[in-house]
Amino acid sequence: MAIRRILMANRGEIAVRVIRTCKALGIETVLAASAADLDSLPARLADRTICIGPPRPADSYLKVDAIVQAALGVKADAIHPGYGFLSERPALAKLCEEVGVIFIGPSSAQIEAVGDKLRARAEAELAGVPTAPGGAVETVSEALALGRKIGPPLLVKAVGGGGGRGMKRVDRLEDLPAAMHMASAEAGAAFGDARVYLERFVTRGRHVEVQILGDGKGRVVHLGERDCSVQRRYQKLIEETPAPGLSPDFRARIHNAAVQFTERLCYRSAGTVEFLVDLERDAFYFLEMNARIQVEHPITEAVTGIDIVSEQIAIADGRGLSLKQADVRPSGCAIECRINAEDPGRDFHPSPGTVRTAEWPSGDGVRVDTHIFSGARIAPFYDSLMAKIIVHAADRPAALERMSNALAATRIEGVATNLAFHLEVMADPEFQAGGVDTSYLPRFLESRRLMQEARAHG
Amino acid sequence: MTLSAKDVAEIMRLLEQSSFDNLSLEMNGVKLNLQRGSAVAVRQPTAPPATAEPQPQAAPPPVQRKVKSPSEPGLADVVSPLLGIFYRAPKPGEPPFVEVGSKVTEDTVVGIIEVMKLMNSVCAGVKGQVVEILAENEALVEFDEILLRVRPGA
Repeated sequence: MAIRRILMANRGEIAVRVIRTCKALGIETVLAASAADLDSLPARLADRTICIGPPRPADSYLKVDAIVQAALGVKADAIHPGYGFLSERPALAKLCEEVGVIFIGPSSAQIEAVGDKLRARAEAELAGVPTAPGGAVETVSEALALGRKIGPPLLVKAVGGGGGRGMKRVDRLEDLPAAMHMASAEAGAAFGDARVYLERFVTRGRHVEVQILGDGKGRVVHLGERDCSVQRRYQKLIEETPAPGLSPDFRARIHNAAVQFTERLCYRSAGTVEFLVDLERDAFYFLEMNARIQVEHPITEAVTGIDIVSEQIAIADGRGLSLKQADVRPSGCAIECRINAEDPGRDFHPSPGTVRTAEWPSGDGVRVDTHIFSGARIAPFYDSLMAKIIVHAADRPAALERMSNALAATRIEGVATNLAFHLEVMADPEFQAGGVDTSYLPRFLESRRLMQEARAHG
Repeated sequence: MTLSAKDVAEIMRLLEQSSFDNLSLEMNGVKLNLQRGSAVAVRQPTAPPATAEPQPQAAPPPVQRKVKSPSEPGLADVVSPLLGIFYRAPKPGEPPFVEVGSKVTEDTVVGIIEVMKLMNSVCAGVKGQVVEILAENEALVEFDEILLRVRPGA
């Protein structure tokens, strides 16, 4: 085995997660940490921690040169980028390729191919994967012509955007020119790329994504799908697998689409192909591909028994895929709740600070991926994800019950969290019925707000 | 063929690195049963850190960063402004920018830090005399690591 030492170029729970698998595999870990994270849980677990820069991400976790120099300096064989930060920046993968450090992820060319949303859309079409009606528009007249053809409601999307950023909904065609100008200006400022494209806005849609592993030589296996429809402003809060209520045929078609798309790219490493399921038309459309490990990967691990990080490392090491499609046999149901340091009572405002007490649940079918312990500090420079509580059970009702118990057994003091909010969702009849669409959470939050107001006035 | 203590140690090492929790070996009347003990953290190497894994209720202790204590009180630290490779001299074979005993001013260059072929000079930032040089030539220095110490003064 070539990979003996890995530089972990990330922080928080994903750094802890990757370090754990490395320890189990007997691989040394060096954490590349900012000055704010030198006493973090991953720093305590890693074999060594080196300080790459000041707390601000732009001065540390986003510095490609510093990360690669750190890897060379500590003689790391490989870099694991985690998610976010530099994980999907072609620059890091490219510099790794140039200096001969293994990048645990896809090639820089593959990151580029899927990072440009319009190019990814074209790749999907070439692979025979359905995309939502739409396409690139350069002028207002082009946009109006295409808009008329598709019919409102429409979505104006930034080519350089992703994860919900750089999108505008248009309900009337006369609003399209203004929305297009605004989206283009915003995209230019935010992503340095003013190009936009149009797509049909799916009124009742579910977010279903497929986890895949590719060996980089054209062989791909899928590890089933995840339903991530419980979102607030495109931020996922609850994920589950399998996606409730899909017919076996529909499920197989969506899995195949993800495999077709990534096989064509000869995709290497773990990745996720996201689809929008159109409930009114019983169809699904390619949304985008995430060329990295995802926050919600543990639910797939729970039902398949496959360690995705371990597979990533093996693929990066040139050992290919350890499994065939027939070896992937998901069993039961898994749910994940993202516990964030944010206050649902104050519009989910982040609440950094010191965690006085952190007690996490444990037991059969319960897994907690966290970097938070009693006394840990939540710095204001980074995202507010404290932990992911993952449960696994034989079926969905049992998983829901297990999650409620796990949430109830969790105790966090010192910072505001969304723990109580998750408990309410688990007890909500609509969520319990399964198969909610992406409009569910905004509706749930609105009715919750109205109820609280009524209580305050009553 | 029999099993020596060395063989058993080797088998234990193999089990340790494998994805299995138990190993039973029977050969020529010798029976060997090995089980992953609680002496090592109980976990399955290739399975995800899943269901049965106990959660860390108490965090491991903080990492003690070892920094050489100053040889005398009142010294000013000159720290690295960024992570990179530290060079004491402008070029290999040339004399170092400063030695112990050198007088420096705020603008005196005391070393170079290379980040992916990009050279950054480091100034003393303080006026005085170099008392200690902590960073090694051509070694990786971290952000904020102490490179040298200066006795402030004229």
